[in-house]
Amino acid sequence: MATEVMQSAEPRTNYLNAGHTVKSWLLTLDHKRIGLLYLFSISAFFFIGGIYATLIRLELVTPQGDLMTAETYNKVFTMHGVIMIFFFLIPSIPAVLGNFLLPLMLGAKDVAFPRLNLLSWYVFIVGGGMFMLTMINGGIDTGWTFYPPYSSIYSNTQVTLAGVSIFITGFSSILTGLNFMVTIHTMRAPGMTWFRLPLFVWAHYATSLIQILGTPVVAITVLALGFERTLQIGIFDPKLGGDPVLFQHMFWFYSHPAVYIMIIPSMGVVSELIANMTRKRVFGYHFVAFSSLAIAVFGFLVWGHHMFTSSQSMYAGLVFSLITYAVAIPSAIKTFNWTATIYKGSVSFDTPMIYALAFLGLFTIGGMTGLFLAAMGLDVHLHDTYFVVAHFHYVMVGGAIIGYLGGLHFWWPKITGKMYPEIWGRISAAIVFLGFNLTFFPQFVVGYLGMPRRYHSYVPEFQVLHILSSAGASILALGFLMPVFYFAWSIKYGKPAGANPWGAVGLEWQTPSPPPTENFTYQPVITTEAYEFEHVEEIKNAGKAEALQTA
Amino acid sequence: MAEHATHVPGLAHHFVSMEQQKEAGTLGMWIFLLTELMFFGGLFLAYTIYRTTYPEGFLYGSHLLNVPLGGTNTVVLIVSSLTMAMAVYYSQLGEKKKLIFFLLVTLALCFVFLIIKYFEYMSKIHDHLFPAFGTYHPSTTGPHGIPLELQQPVRVFLWIYFLMTGLHALHMIVGAGILITLIYMAQKGRFTKQYNSPVEISGLYWHFVDIVWIFLFPLLYLTGFHVSGAGH
Amino acid sequence: MTLLTSFFLQLPFMPEQASSFAQEVDLFYLALWGLTVFFTIGVALAAGIFMIKYRRKRAGEIPEQVEGAMLLEITWTVLPFIMALGIFAWGAKLYYQMYTEPKDALEIFVTGKQWMWRAQHPDGQREINELHVPLGRRVKLTMTSEDVLHAYFIPAFRTKADVVPGRYTTTWFVPTKVGTYHLFCAEYCGTQHSGMIGKVIVQEPSDYQAWLGGGTKEPPAAAGQKLFASLACNTCHYEKSGGRGPTLVGVYGTDVKLDNGTTVKVDDAYIRESILNPMAKVVATYQPVMPTFQGQVSEEQIANLIAYIRSIGKQDGDGGTAAPAAAAQPAAKPAAPAAKPATPPQSGAKQN
Repeated sequence: MATEVMQSAEPRTNYLNAGHTVKSWLLTLDHKRIGLLYLFSISAFFFIGGIYATLIRLELVTPQGDLMTAETYNKVFTMHGVIMIFFFLIPSIPAVLGNFLLPLMLGAKDVAFPRLNLLSWYVFIVGGGMFMLTMINGGIDTGWTFYPPYSSIYSNTQVTLAGVSIFITGFSSILTGLNFMVTIHTMRAPGMTWFRLPLFVWAHYATSLIQILGTPVVAITVLALGFERTLQIGIFDPKLGGDPVLFQHMFWFYSHPAVYIMIIPSMGVVSELIANMTRKRVFGYHFVAFSSLAIAVFGFLVWGHHMFTSSQSMYAGLVFSLITYAVAIPSAIKTFNWTATIYKGSVSFDTPMIYALAFLGLFTIGGMTGLFLAAMGLDVHLHDTYFVVAHFHYVMVGGAIIGYLGGLHFWWPKITGKMYPEIWGRISAAIVFLGFNLTFFPQFVVGYLGMPRRYHSYVPEFQVLHILSSAGASILALGFLMPVFYFAWSIKYGKPAGANPWGAVGLEWQTPSPPPTENFTYQPVITTEAYEFEHVEEIKNAGKAEALQTA
Repeated sequence: MAEHATHVPGLAHHFVSMEQQKEAGTLGMWIFLLTELMFFGGLFLAYTIYRTTYPEGFLYGSHLLNVPLGGTNTVVLIVSSLTMAMAVYYSQLGEKKKLIFFLLVTLALCFVFLIIKYFEYMSKIHDHLFPAFGTYHPSTTGPHGIPLELQQPVRVFLWIYFLMTGLHALHMIVGAGILITLIYMAQKGRFTKQYNSPVEISGLYWHFVDIVWIFLFPLLYLTGFHVSGAGH
Repeated sequence: MTLLTSFFLQLPFMPEQASSFAQEVDLFYLALWGLTVFFTIGVALAAGIFMIKYRRKRAGEIPEQVEGAMLLEITWTVLPFIMALGIFAWGAKLYYQMYTEPKDALEIFVTGKQWMWRAQHPDGQREINELHVPLGRRVKLTMTSEDVLHAYFIPAFRTKADVVPGRYTTTWFVPTKVGTYHLFCAEYCGTQHSGMIGKVIVQEPSDYQAWLGGGTKEPPAAAGQKLFASLACNTCHYEKSGGRGPTLVGVYGTDVKLDNGTTVKVDDAYIRESILNPMAKVVATYQPVMPTFQGQVSEEQIANLIAYIRSIGKQDGDGGTAAPAAAAQPAAKPAAPAAKPATPPQSGAKQN
């Protein structure tokens, strides 16, 4: 308490009030401000993608396909997919929380290449703007996977423009990954050895590896698709000697690791949340750290599991299936270690911990249902059905977005210097959890019953499950909207947070909230291991205050 | 330490020391080259798959390419790698004049490469061998003719040729831009014995672009020789 | 175990079991749900109990730190690994059965086209957006597409295969229950993707024969023979050797030597490739002089040509099916329902 009073008494310059002009934001080289620029941009994309999701769920309430035409529906689900994946999920945690936190956690003044960092945001905006242009010009209807020859010859929509926008956005992702990797290698404060790094940093290191190695492949793939459409080259067109399945290989070589770009940072967030909300060092720190790298590396060798029914040879399929099970192991290791971390902890029930717990449950279901799909004989039936849709939403929403929201609540006091209203945080977390399960669990069932993906109309016997799903979606939408309002409210009316409101470890909590422009007023020197709570002054002080009260 | 750092010319404010800055720059370039490698990797994958599918198309197609011109370009690039290495060497010694000289020679070689490439492309377009825009109408006879049943497989070879060498040429053009910037900076006396990492990092890029060509040349131009040599 | 799966069948959690694969796929599916529930409840319960038991009692509390335990780590690395290997093996075994094509199957040729399914039976009977199949007989579908990717999906049979332009893919099944089932296109194929659906009708063999009897038709082999003459194939491919091209009598199902020294098995995929891309694999001692027929023949015509070449092929039945002429006769022998074929996978489905 005493520290907070002192802080509010003296006006302090921080990264937020360092400049108030629009220019000071648009030309900023400060990683924290760039993180916020990303936060606003990807939130906008999230809500546009959310509107498309709403339209999908509304259409599927009835089996006839009577709300919109098939053509419109195909565009709606394509744009939902493209926006959510390329313009929200891939940049979400790395570009917002990673940008804001990485230098703070390392004890650095900024990322290694601040100009490149700003450039990556502009590249993202140009790519995103071009995709908006695609939408205005009629959108695309190929599905987010862009399989030729439909996308290259038969579709009459804006495939080339969309391809170019994804090509450009890819460079934003590459630049972020490159910057993070160099930052982690070269910008660590004295004493910050590799095994003293927070697990959030390890997760981002693994993510950067995928961004660097995978993104260029999808970039060249969509570029080839664009050439194919505009120049009639015949790269993937069987009529001109091309091979349509080659596209699938090249596409999934990136797009499977890309799901790890979305989930590994979320795992990093959950490691931080669980450690700090239970005040326990993460159980099996080394195992959790290396499992991130293992997932990133193995993730490059499993793309063929998207193609068990695509006429790929059985022997290739066997190898891809086997390696896919190898990826499951590090994910399982992480889950068990997080659960073990809670054991004998001092567990807080604040919103970030509720999100972490939701993550544990939903990610377990998401991961386990992945095993169904990796089992070749079962995948023959499940492939391209709603079971797949349910599985990846369990991982992407139940895993990645839940982690992102948990992280946003946890670091909100650091970002803004204000506390969000805790009670509303808990209510919205509960609503998200319920709404999510109601939306997506029925999709496992309807998928096994045989409902294919990307169907505008469907056979009537699937209707009950679709109605359940749509009802859940409306609850989920409410849960996603609530934080917008209370976060906005808290900026003006929230309680001042103080440097370390959670009694958390990590360098980011040792500097004021919001942090000054160069992060620290001193050169941090690290002398302790990660997650050593004995040294956290705030916890000791809270203990003293309590002792005085009880005395 | 931080107070001293602000006095060093060329040191950005968020780095603690010159060593840290140089390490970050070099590592950044290596990682960037890794990305580039994967970028070309997608096309090498397409090459491998289509060469296996259409061996005869690749055999025939590679005979259509001008080996003397391609070979000349290979020599030009290898020499340019040497001059670039010399430029890096003299930048480390802080010898401004020699640095500028070798950068200029490298730039000149870069243009020589691009001009030769231009003539190669134009002759293909002239022979109706450009596999896009519906302009692919090779004759069936003559030195640039293709038998009817091979026209499609050769077409696959040709688009791979144009895509790979085109992407490579694009990298050369970017390299030319980098060289011009370096020459301008060197002219202004920005490089010293202590601060020369931009030259060094650009050198890495230049060598990478050369190495890509070292792979492209045999894979595209010499495939025919290899196969016919083994077959007969 | 059969009891267990049939109990779940009463609930609307699963499509009907109408093929020989369905029961094992369902069993596998339920087993995996068992594991999923076990792990999810396990993790949630452990985390929930720990959270309540070790909830923060005072603000300044610093819990006793528990370092990782190597034994525990190894346990929960090795056990899931073994479990995963088990799942892999089961899935791979099932897939192997689905992938391995049966002998003496009823072969039906399927073409996907935006947005309809065409099927042609061995005796030439055709149908659109429907597929009539006899109960208890092994049925093999050889499929290709005239435009974009499609996928032939019969949920009640638990089978699905992509239908790819420019190549043949196959799938097979043994229908085990008379009835009408859904047929879906599962690979997104454009505007009317969700309209590219149809019915699979499983009939008693006698009903199937009666159905085959209706309508006018020409067996594919006969159609192929006419085409063989009208495309002037017979001016080079004589009935005996001595033509500019090799004779095609008796070659189907055999291995032939190529001019580059390798050998190739004469199957559907090789014939198709030779029609469309004659230079790819030239038979030894012959000149590469055959022109391509790309763009001149439709997928169905290629299928007819293949049927013809097969009908004059090796006659000991090694080619996979009985000759189409024979298949047109009432198929008296109902095949064993549980097919355990041991032939190696055919190359048609894995051509790159």
